[in-house]
Amino acid sequence: MKRKIIGLALAASASIFAATAAAAGTLDDVKTKGFVQCGVNPALAGFGAPDAQNNWTGMDIDFCRAVAAAIFNDPTKVKFTPLTAKDRFTALQSNEIDILSRNSTWTMTRDTSLGLKFAGIMYYDGQGFMVKKSLNVDSALKLSGAAVCTQTGTTTELNLADYFKSNNLEYKVVAFEKNEEVLAAYQDGRCDVFTTDQSGLYASRLTFGTPDEHIVLPEIISKEPLGPVVRQGDDAWFNVVKWTYYALVNAEELGVTSKNVEEMKASTNPEILRLLGVKNADGTAAGFGTGIGLSEEWVVQIVKGVGNYGEIFERNVGESTPLKISRGKNALWNAGGLQYAPPIR
Amino acid sequence: MSAAEGSSLEPRVSFWNDPNTRSYAVQAIMVLALVALGYELYANASVNLARLGKTFGYDFWYKSAGFDILQSLIPYTSSSSYGTAIIVGFLNTILVAVLGIFLATVIGFLVGIMRLSKNWLIAKIATVYVELIRNIPLFLQILIWYGAVLKPLPGPKQALNVGGFYLSNRGLNMPSPVFDSGAWLGLVGLIAGIVGAIILRRWARARQMATGQPFPYIWGGFGLVIFLPIIGLLVAGWPVSWDTPKLGAFNFSGGATIIPEFIALLFALSVYTASFIAEIVRAGIQAVSHGQTEAASALGLRAGLTTRLVTVPQAMRIIIPPLANQYLNLTKNSSLAVAIAYPDLVAMGGTVLNQTGKAIEVVLIWMVVYLSLSLLTSSFMNWFNSRMKLVER
Amino acid sequence: MEPAVAYVRTEEAPKLAAPANLVGWRGWVLANLFPNWKNGLLTIIAGLFLYWVLSNVLGWALFRAVWTGENRDACAVEGVGACWPFVQAKFLQWIYGFYPIDQRWRVNICFLVGGAALVPMLMPSAPHKIWNALFLLVVFPLIVFILLTGGHFALPLSTFAGVAALLAIAAALLPLSVYGIEEGIQKARINLVLAGVGIVVWIASFLMNFGTVPTPIGVMSVGKSVATLLFFASGGLAIVQLMADRNLGALSVLRGWLIVALALFLAMLLLKIDFGLEPVETSQWGGLLVTLVVAITGIVFSLPLGILLALGRRSNMPIVKYFSISFIEIWRGVPLITVLFMASVMLPLFLPPGVNFDKLTRALIATAIFASAYMAEVVRGGLQAIPRGQFEAAQALGLSYWNMMSLIVLPQALKIVIPGIVNSFISLFKDTTLVAVIGLFDLLGIVVAGFADSKWASPQTAPTGYFSAALIFWVFCFGMSRYSQFIERRLNTGHKR
Repeated sequence: MKRKIIGLALAASASIFAATAAAAGTLDDVKTKGFVQCGVNPALAGFGAPDAQNNWTGMDIDFCRAVAAAIFNDPTKVKFTPLTAKDRFTALQSNEIDILSRNSTWTMTRDTSLGLKFAGIMYYDGQGFMVKKSLNVDSALKLSGAAVCTQTGTTTELNLADYFKSNNLEYKVVAFEKNEEVLAAYQDGRCDVFTTDQSGLYASRLTFGTPDEHIVLPEIISKEPLGPVVRQGDDAWFNVVKWTYYALVNAEELGVTSKNVEEMKASTNPEILRLLGVKNADGTAAGFGTGIGLSEEWVVQIVKGVGNYGEIFERNVGESTPLKISRGKNALWNAGGLQYAPPIR
Repeated sequence: MSAAEGSSLEPRVSFWNDPNTRSYAVQAIMVLALVALGYELYANASVNLARLGKTFGYDFWYKSAGFDILQSLIPYTSSSSYGTAIIVGFLNTILVAVLGIFLATVIGFLVGIMRLSKNWLIAKIATVYVELIRNIPLFLQILIWYGAVLKPLPGPKQALNVGGFYLSNRGLNMPSPVFDSGAWLGLVGLIAGIVGAIILRRWARARQMATGQPFPYIWGGFGLVIFLPIIGLLVAGWPVSWDTPKLGAFNFSGGATIIPEFIALLFALSVYTASFIAEIVRAGIQAVSHGQTEAASALGLRAGLTTRLVTVPQAMRIIIPPLANQYLNLTKNSSLAVAIAYPDLVAMGGTVLNQTGKAIEVVLIWMVVYLSLSLLTSSFMNWFNSRMKLVER
Repeated sequence: MEPAVAYVRTEEAPKLAAPANLVGWRGWVLANLFPNWKNGLLTIIAGLFLYWVLSNVLGWALFRAVWTGENRDACAVEGVGACWPFVQAKFLQWIYGFYPIDQRWRVNICFLVGGAALVPMLMPSAPHKIWNALFLLVVFPLIVFILLTGGHFALPLSTFAGVAALLAIAAALLPLSVYGIEEGIQKARINLVLAGVGIVVWIASFLMNFGTVPTPIGVMSVGKSVATLLFFASGGLAIVQLMADRNLGALSVLRGWLIVALALFLAMLLLKIDFGLEPVETSQWGGLLVTLVVAITGIVFSLPLGILLALGRRSNMPIVKYFSISFIEIWRGVPLITVLFMASVMLPLFLPPGVNFDKLTRALIATAIFASAYMAEVVRGGLQAIPRGQFEAAQALGLSYWNMMSLIVLPQALKIVIPGIVNSFISLFKDTTLVAVIGLFDLLGIVVAGFADSKWASPQTAPTGYFSAALIFWVFCFGMSRYSQFIERRLNTGHKR
């Protein structure tokens, strides 16, 4: 008897769950619950890390805030879920998070066979090597025989194998589960070399007691396009995330910053007017924001909330921060870089 | 109650109160619930996989892995398959488990006997060891051992050199033998030594049974196993050279290397498990009645012989079942290797899972392997147990 | 009197003191440390070893340790010992994790209430064990859950309706338990038929679509609404019938049902009410808090599950028996770490689309299942220790299976296995450290995470952190094992014959 009742209870509660969680689009879900759930890196300075007061900062963090600003006109309506390299894609696949913004490399497998869609390239990165200065090594090609510390479950591990193989170099890989463990082992002298995305090398070096004793080698051995990821099969949400990124880049290209965005609304440049969703001369709405389920002033909200792409870059990783990373490939296309966004029209 | 027997004599049991009916009903409901649950899980998984554009299958097994592995017992390169990588992990698990079991047994028996020592200090040290080690999480102990292995040791350039063995924070580098042609005579010698040792033991037993004269067959057998291969090699003109480790720009190359991850994991596992084995051994020995030892000394057996021939064989019968459990625990606990980059089955599976996204498949491999290991261990121990019991009477 | 013989003493000889090497500290030392030269040598070697260990550990932890400092500069000095200022700086984080600082009082209340309820539970002499256990196992988890998460869950009215429907079905079955099945079916024919039709309609509503209808609790499918109404009708009928009967048994069963119903609704209301607490997501929990939450949830859920599994394993029904055996053996055969990985990467794939739990909940489910398999074996040990006579006597008295188990067997069996339960709790407590592998910050996880802080990066940071974590775990586990031994001794004397 009791068993029967328990069984019924289970079945009933399951049906209740399923009924309440009727799968609507992610955008509608996000609007209903009132915040964006964003999967981030818990320990990568400049990209995603909480400070002592639990305030999150970083480029990946700011991208999530930009999406929140586009939807809610409030960059704080976002919650962060710290994820490891191993469970990040599962978290996205299982609806635990709405966006994965955790310095994830865009690869074909991930884009096509994991049920994921990369929405853009927030940061063009490449894998590099860090060694102790005392080893007197100035090129990765002189690393034959070295022990290399890296993180498992990343593209880093694969690039490393390819690079050493193609250059006929011997090496020993020591692969850890978490970035902190990699760093600890490198500092304890378990390996001679620490390898990860170059931005990550700079960020990690900051956490060392004595950053000056380590140098980053000049070689970049891979392409690591890092960007936000969403689930496959939800085009409305994919568009919102993708065009939030494009809006950030377009805003920089057109000189729209968080400081001058209000004045720019009075600009005569039709591109800027379209970007900022200013009404057409005949009083009709521009219709770009509403076209993707947001408000007309979505870009204004984004730029006011977090600034344009250039501002985000400078604030988190740029020359004025401890990371001191130059724009390099992440400069706009018309400044010699790769950041390029399709026009809003 | 079956209806076949004269039902008029049986008290009439109502249909609802018949235990058989009830039992069938309960089981039917249970089967239904299980089938429903299984179907639900299956349906959810297929919907989810379809939604993600994934499929279920082990086709990844033969695809090129693309990553390297720190320690491998079989030939492996980054162009080997994912399947090979998982097998490498499995063999690493077995390696650390087997050596761990051996070491844990030795330490455990030692500490267990120390706890029963009449020497107060020795007994107390053993007690403190047991109470200290088994009340600290193994995971933490592995991290501590790893730190203890890495931190105090010098880099490879300042490695401690003891007779061709180099100890540094890259592990223990040592010379490894290289056998040239003709070395098969050494192998022949080894086999002959083992066979000889077995024959010697039989002969010694038979002689002791017949005449009462003991023969030190342990040392004799040991000598045979050691010296016959050496003689064989000498006959072949000593076709053995040593591959010694040489210091390169960064690390040692050549020779054999025991990586620090392995050392740390091995020590942590055996020290931790030994604290439990010690308690089992102590309980087992204490359970052998005092009369047995008294009878043995009345027969004139020396203390050592009493322990070996009287106490331990009887204690073993009590010790073995929980001991088997501890061996199994040690094997399962070796999965904690993920914390310190030792490439065991779970760590390798995790890497493959990450690179391919095949979560269900990899988890199934883990479960099947560990379940088979536990089944194997328990059936071996059951067999051993029954053998011990037969010896008794 | 006999004449005195010269060579016979007339008074007792004076008692000589025992030889000096048999009594006092000298005797003790000679007997226990230096009984012969072999043992003496052993003692000396062991003593030297002990001195070496102690002087190193104490020197590092006390004499050479750094006691004050603001950052790494204090500890990054050559030759110093433990870096205690690091522990000082991080200690609160070790306990609360990333729980918002101004909300930590909520955690403190949980610790205090839990401690206050646990202490009398652990004292064998304290009264009202049943109420105490009820509070600890039912009320306290609810309090903790609401306090720590912030409560205010969006429970829709349909959930209330669903629970009410379940309670109505239970009510419809009450006559069966009051009058026995045969008579119950006779007396409660109408409401059983109603409930049966309701269940059929309810199942049918999954298979075909009857359309939807607006109800006071929102738009619902016609089938489910009709089924719910049928359930209410049949449950109501049963209650009216039982009240009319005024039979003592009927009233007590009814009272039990009412208590359960009220408790369920009260719990759901409490979960729904907005107490004005700021919501704190589980990703912000950490440290000792998470360690205790995982361990205690594991043990609380594993106890009933483990009892059911142990009973199932000893059942005569083959399906129940083999299901229990395979469930127990499968979870006992695999390492916890793979179970945790399973929960973190595989479980989401098996949930209905749109349903998901956060990572902590998944880890809790995994540990609860894992612990219940071990608990089942502990309980089985207790069941096996109960003499057959107890079962037979209970059966001879005409007790039903559940009555026999809950009134005769389990109370004795569970009492015997209290030390076993405490021991499983100890291993569960130690095993919680593994949740760090799937990215949760338990006590060990947060201690290790602190090593990455550049403010405290020094060669002594990690050893100090590990040492402190080991000390904390040791104090907890050793305390519990002592308690278990105490209970064991106590129970032993009670049962000795």
